[in-house]
Amino acid sequence: MSYHAPADVTEAVTLLASQDNARPLAGGTDLLVQMRSGRVRPEMIVDIKRIDRAMGVRARDGGFAIGAATPCTELLNETALCKAWPGVVEAANLIGSVQVRNRATIGGNLCNASPAADSVPALIAANASAVVVGPAGEREVPVQDLLAGPGRTTLGKGEFLLEILLPPRPPRSGDAYLRSIPRTEMDIAVVGVGVSLTCDESGACTDARVALGAVAPTALLVPEAGAALVGSRLEDAALEKLAEAVKAACRPIDDKRGTIDYRIAMTAVFAPRVARIAHQRAQEAA
Amino acid sequence: MTKLLDKQELKVVGTRPVRPDGADKVTGKAVYGADYNLPGMLRGAILRSPHAHARILSIDTRKAEALPGVKAVATNADFPKVDMGEIDAGEAGINVDRAGQMCLAREKVFYEGQPVAAVAATSASIAAEAVRLIEVEYEVLPHVIGVEEAMREDAPVLHDDMFTEGLPETPTKPSNVVLRFESAKGDPDAALAAADVVGSGRYSTQPVHQGYIEPQACIVSVGGDGQAQIWCSSQGQFMVRSVTAAITGMNLADLRVVPLEIGGGFGGKTTVYLEPVALVLSKKSGRPVKMVLSREEVFRSTGPGPGAIVDVQIGATKDGILTGAILEMKYQVGAFPGAGCQAGVMHALGCYRIANSRIVGWDVVSNMPSTHAYRAPSAPQSEFAVECAIDDIARQLGMDPIELREKNGVKPGDPSFSGAPYGDIAFMETLAAAKEHPHYAAPLGPNQGRGIAAGWWVNHGGESTAMVSINEDGSAVVATGNPDIGGSRASMAMMAAEVLGLPIEKVRPIVADTSSIGFSMLTGGSRTTFATGRAVSEAAADVVEQLKGRAAMIWGVESDKVEWSDGQARCTDPQQDLPPLSIKDIASKTSKTGGPIAAEKSVNPGDAMQTFGVHICDSEVDPETGHVRIVRYTAVQDVGRAIHPSYVEGQAQGGAVQGIGWALNEAYMFDANGRLDNPGFLDYRMPVASDLPMIDTLLVEKPHPGHPFGVKGVGEVPIVPPLAAVANSVSAATGKRFYDLPLSPARVHAALNGAA
Amino acid sequence: MKKQYVSTIVNGDPADFLCEPQTSLLNALRDELGMTGSKEGCGSGDCGACSVILDGKLVCSCLVLATEAEGKRVETIEGMAQEGRLHPLQEKFLDVGALQCGFCTPGVLIAAKALLDRNPDPSEEETRYWLAGNLCRCTGYDKIIRAVLEAAAELRQERAPA
Repeated sequence: MSYHAPADVTEAVTLLASQDNARPLAGGTDLLVQMRSGRVRPEMIVDIKRIDRAMGVRARDGGFAIGAATPCTELLNETALCKAWPGVVEAANLIGSVQVRNRATIGGNLCNASPAADSVPALIAANASAVVVGPAGEREVPVQDLLAGPGRTTLGKGEFLLEILLPPRPPRSGDAYLRSIPRTEMDIAVVGVGVSLTCDESGACTDARVALGAVAPTALLVPEAGAALVGSRLEDAALEKLAEAVKAACRPIDDKRGTIDYRIAMTAVFAPRVARIAHQRAQEAA
Repeated sequence: MTKLLDKQELKVVGTRPVRPDGADKVTGKAVYGADYNLPGMLRGAILRSPHAHARILSIDTRKAEALPGVKAVATNADFPKVDMGEIDAGEAGINVDRAGQMCLAREKVFYEGQPVAAVAATSASIAAEAVRLIEVEYEVLPHVIGVEEAMREDAPVLHDDMFTEGLPETPTKPSNVVLRFESAKGDPDAALAAADVVGSGRYSTQPVHQGYIEPQACIVSVGGDGQAQIWCSSQGQFMVRSVTAAITGMNLADLRVVPLEIGGGFGGKTTVYLEPVALVLSKKSGRPVKMVLSREEVFRSTGPGPGAIVDVQIGATKDGILTGAILEMKYQVGAFPGAGCQAGVMHALGCYRIANSRIVGWDVVSNMPSTHAYRAPSAPQSEFAVECAIDDIARQLGMDPIELREKNGVKPGDPSFSGAPYGDIAFMETLAAAKEHPHYAAPLGPNQGRGIAAGWWVNHGGESTAMVSINEDGSAVVATGNPDIGGSRASMAMMAAEVLGLPIEKVRPIVADTSSIGFSMLTGGSRTTFATGRAVSEAAADVVEQLKGRAAMIWGVESDKVEWSDGQARCTDPQQDLPPLSIKDIASKTSKTGGPIAAEKSVNPGDAMQTFGVHICDSEVDPETGHVRIVRYTAVQDVGRAIHPSYVEGQAQGGAVQGIGWALNEAYMFDANGRLDNPGFLDYRMPVASDLPMIDTLLVEKPHPGHPFGVKGVGEVPIVPPLAAVANSVSAATGKRFYDLPLSPARVHAALNGAA
Repeated sequence: MKKQYVSTIVNGDPADFLCEPQTSLLNALRDELGMTGSKEGCGSGDCGACSVILDGKLVCSCLVLATEAEGKRVETIEGMAQEGRLHPLQEKFLDVGALQCGFCTPGVLIAAKALLDRNPDPSEEETRYWLAGNLCRCTGYDKIIRAVLEAAAELRQERAPA
C-alpha cells in the first residue's frame, strides 16, 4: 500500500485514477476502521487534506462552500455557518465522540454512504450540492445523487468529493436534525430526521424539506412530508400529515440496530420534534 | 489475631491513601499485557473458523510457512493428547481438553471465531498475511444458538460424547443438554396452590460480555533448555501456569508466569486463550512470541456470561410471608460447558427464608463461545427473576417492597443453601439502611418510577500465600500472588501496615510471579481482600512476633516482657527503663540478632461470609420512544469492613453500572449463519458516561468476626441487584411488567404500544 | 512493504521513526517509539483508550495514520506530568480513587485535559458528554466525573487573580 498527500486537485485525480483500488482519505474515521476489519484493502491512499479547497469554510455565491475534508468540530467555529445552518452543524457534531468529530468530515460521512449517516439527512434537507472532481473535470450535483446504495456511491474512477455547497439562506429560515439512538452517545442512528424550512412574517411555512436517514438503502428526501408543512404554522393537523408522510416513505429493515416497526414508529415521533425546532429557529432568525 | 479486633482505633485500615501503583497508572508507565516487549520477539496471529459448526477436514499451512518472515505455525496437533479431565484451577475446575480446543480447535469447530491455526512471524502484518494463506477445508454442519432450540430433539448435536447428567436414567442418545441440577425441600406445589398471591413469569437474559477494556495479551519465551517464561495480564498467574502446562504437556516446574498489570477481568480472564498457543509457537521458532487479541477477537472467541431463561413462581400469604417457590432455569453455556446453572440454582432464593422450594437448572450447549465467569457468575440471571417476582408480589399486596423483603429476609442462624446456618450476615441491616436512605423517600417526576432489588453472593475463601519482610531501613515489603484488578494491592499494604504499626508509605506491596511466592488461587470470587488479606495479616503478625523476640534479645529480657504497639517494641518490665525500639532500630541490628526478618503464610479459609446488596433505581421512560434514562441510583451494600473505602465504593459503583448495561442495552446478537453480529463496542452497547447519573453508595459495616479486620467479599454482589432494580423501576414508571432483557428502547416501546 | 520515514514532535521533543504506510499513529507510538501509555482497547475509535492530542485537538490515535502525523505535534499521557510533577487531574484521580484497573485512565486523562483546556468550568452534564468517547468498565464513571470537576475547580482557583 502506498500513501500520497498531493497539494492540488489534478495530482489527486491522477493518483486516484491510476489504480482500481485507490481511496481518498479525509478524516479516516471510516476508512481506517474498514481497513482494520479487512473490509477494504486499498492499494493506495490519497490524502486530500493538503488540497486548499478541501479544507475550511468559505462564503460563496451567497451561500457556503465547505471543504469536504473539514473536521466536523471545525464547523462549530464558523459563526456565520452556525447561524444559517444550525441543523447541518449539529448533525455533523453528533457523529461518534469528540475524538471522532475532531477528525471526521461531512464529506467522508456522505461518501461512506451509510444509510444511517448523521449529516446526510440534514444536508439533503438543506438542498446541499456536492462538487465532484475527476478526470472529466468538475461537476456539481445534489448531494443525494452521490448515494447509490448502502456503502456505495455514484463516484467514478478517479473522482472524489471536493466541496459541499450550501445555498443562500432566505430570511426566516431554520433547520434541525435529531436522531433516535439506544444510548445517549456513540451509537449509529436508528432513525435520523433533518428538516429545513422557511417562513413568512406570520410564521407560516413557505418552503420545507424533510429528509430521513436509516429507514431506506439511502437517505431520502420526502417531498410529501415537506408539502405537509407548507402553508401551515405546524398545527397538530399539519404535524399529523407530516408523520403520515414520513411513515409512508420508510422502507427500513430489521437489523442489529433497530426493527422495521420501531423505525417506522420513530420517524413519526421524531419528524414533528425536528420540524418544531426548525420552525422555532426560523422565527428566531428574523 | 483477636487482639487486633479489640483495637479502638485503626490507624490505616479505613482511610483512603493514594494507591501504591497509582502514579504509574496515571502517567502511562504501568506495564499491561500488550506493553511488554522482548528483543527478537515474533508476533503471533490466529486463523479462526468462519463457521458456527463444522468438521475440519484438512488444514494446509504450507503456503503460510513459505511466506518470508514466518517462523512457526501451530495447530491442535501440537498439543499432546490429554487425559487429565479437570484440573483445579480458575474458580472452578478447568477441563484441559476443552480448554485446549478453545485455544486451537481439534476435529470440529463449534463457534464462529474458534481458533483453528496460528502463526508467528517477524511482524504483525506478515503474521496477518500468513493467516490468510492457510487453507482449511470444512464440512459445514447445521448450527443452533438459542437455549430452547438447542434442547429440542431434532437440534443439531454438538458433541457425540455428551450424555445428560443428573437425569434419573442415563440417556443413550447424546444431546446438547449437559446436565440437570435440582435442589428441593418441602412441598412447593402444595405451598403454591395454597398461596394467597403468586408472583410468576418467564424471565430471560442474553449472553453478555465482561467488557474489560484491555484485550487478552501475552508474551511467551521458551528457552533452549525447554524452560519457559510467560508475561501476561491475567487474573491468576498460578492458574495460567497450571492450565498452560496441562494443555501443552509441560512440567509445571519448567514454567514461570510473571503477572503484568491487568486492564479489567471480571472473571473473563480466569482462563487462558493465548498462552498455550504462544508457547508452542515460541518453542517451534526458538524466539519469544507476543500475541494480543483484537477487540473483534475478544468478542468472537472469549467466553461471555450465559444467557438464561428462568421460569419462576413464588407464593405468599396475604401478610407477605413467602411460602413456596418453583423455578426452572435453562442456561446457554456455549460450545463447551462453561459457567452454567449450578450457581444460579444455588443463589436464586438465598436472600429469603422459604420453607418449600424446587429449583431445577439445565445447562445447554450451543454454537457460541463457551461461557465463562462474569462477576457473580450465573447468579444475576436467576436472582433477576426472583427479585422481579417478589416485586410483583409486593405490588399485588400493596406492600412496601423493602418491608416485604424484611419480613422474609435471611438472618444469622437461618439455614443457607448448603444447610449450614448463616453466620453474622447483614441482609437485615442492609435493607434497613436502604429504607432509611434519603433516596428512598425522594419525590419522583412525570414518567419516572422507582425500583428496588436485593441480591447476594456466596463469596470464596481459597488458597492464598503472602510474604512480609522487613528491609534494613525499617520499611516492609508485602508480596502476594494475586493480581490487582481493583486496588487490592493498596488494601494488602494497609492491612500489613496496620498490623506492623507502620505508616502506609513504608509498606510496599508487590504482586509476585509463580517462582517467587507460594501458591495463590486467582483473583476472583470476591476473595482477595478476604483470604489474601488474611494471609497478609497473619504473615505480618508473625513478623511482629519475630520483632518482639529480637527486641528481647537486644534488651536481654525475657520474651514475654515485650509488647508491641504503634510500630514499636516496649518493655513491660516495670523495673527496666528502656526506651521503645522501632522497626528501624530492630532492623538495623538483624545481622547480630539472627538474620533477616520475614514470614510467609499460606491460608485456605473456609469461612468466607455471604454478602448482600440492596439497590434503589429511579428511571424515566420516554413514552413516545421507549428510551429509559437512569435518573438516580443508590447501591447499598454490606461489606464487613471497608479496608480502603474508595475502592469498596468503586466495586459497588462499577458492578452496578455493569448491571445497568446488562439491563438496558447489552446483548450478543447472532445472524442467521450463527455469526456474532456485534463483535465491537459500537454495537455491543456498554454504558457511556453520558448514560448515567452519579452512583451513590452506602457501605454497611458489620465485621466478619473470623477475619482479622472483619473483611467480607464485596466485588461481585453489586452486579446482582441492578438487573431487577432497573426492570422494576421501568415497571413502576410504565405500569407494565418487563420480562426480557435488555430493555432496549425498541422493546420498551413495543410493550407500551401493545405489541407482544 | 516499504517503510516510510515520519518526523513528528511528541510531548515537545522531536521524534522520528520508520513505519509501514498503514500503521496507525497508536501503533507507531507504542511499537516504534516505545510509548505504551496510550492503549488499544478496540482499534476502531469506539473506546478512547488511545486518545492523544494532535495539533491541539483530541483524537483517537488508532484512527490516524502515523504518516499523517508528519510535522505535527502529538501530546500523549507520557507528557502530562511536567518535570516530575503530576498534573492536577492526575493528582485528583489518585486522591479520589478514580481508577481501578487503570487501563482506560491515560485516555480519560488526556480527554479530560482537553476539556479543561478549552472549558475551565464544565457542568457535570458537559463533562459526561465530553467523556462519552472514553469507555470505562470498572468505575461506572462516578469517581472519574467527580475527579474532573474537582480538578477543574482547583485549577480555576489557582488561576483566579489574587
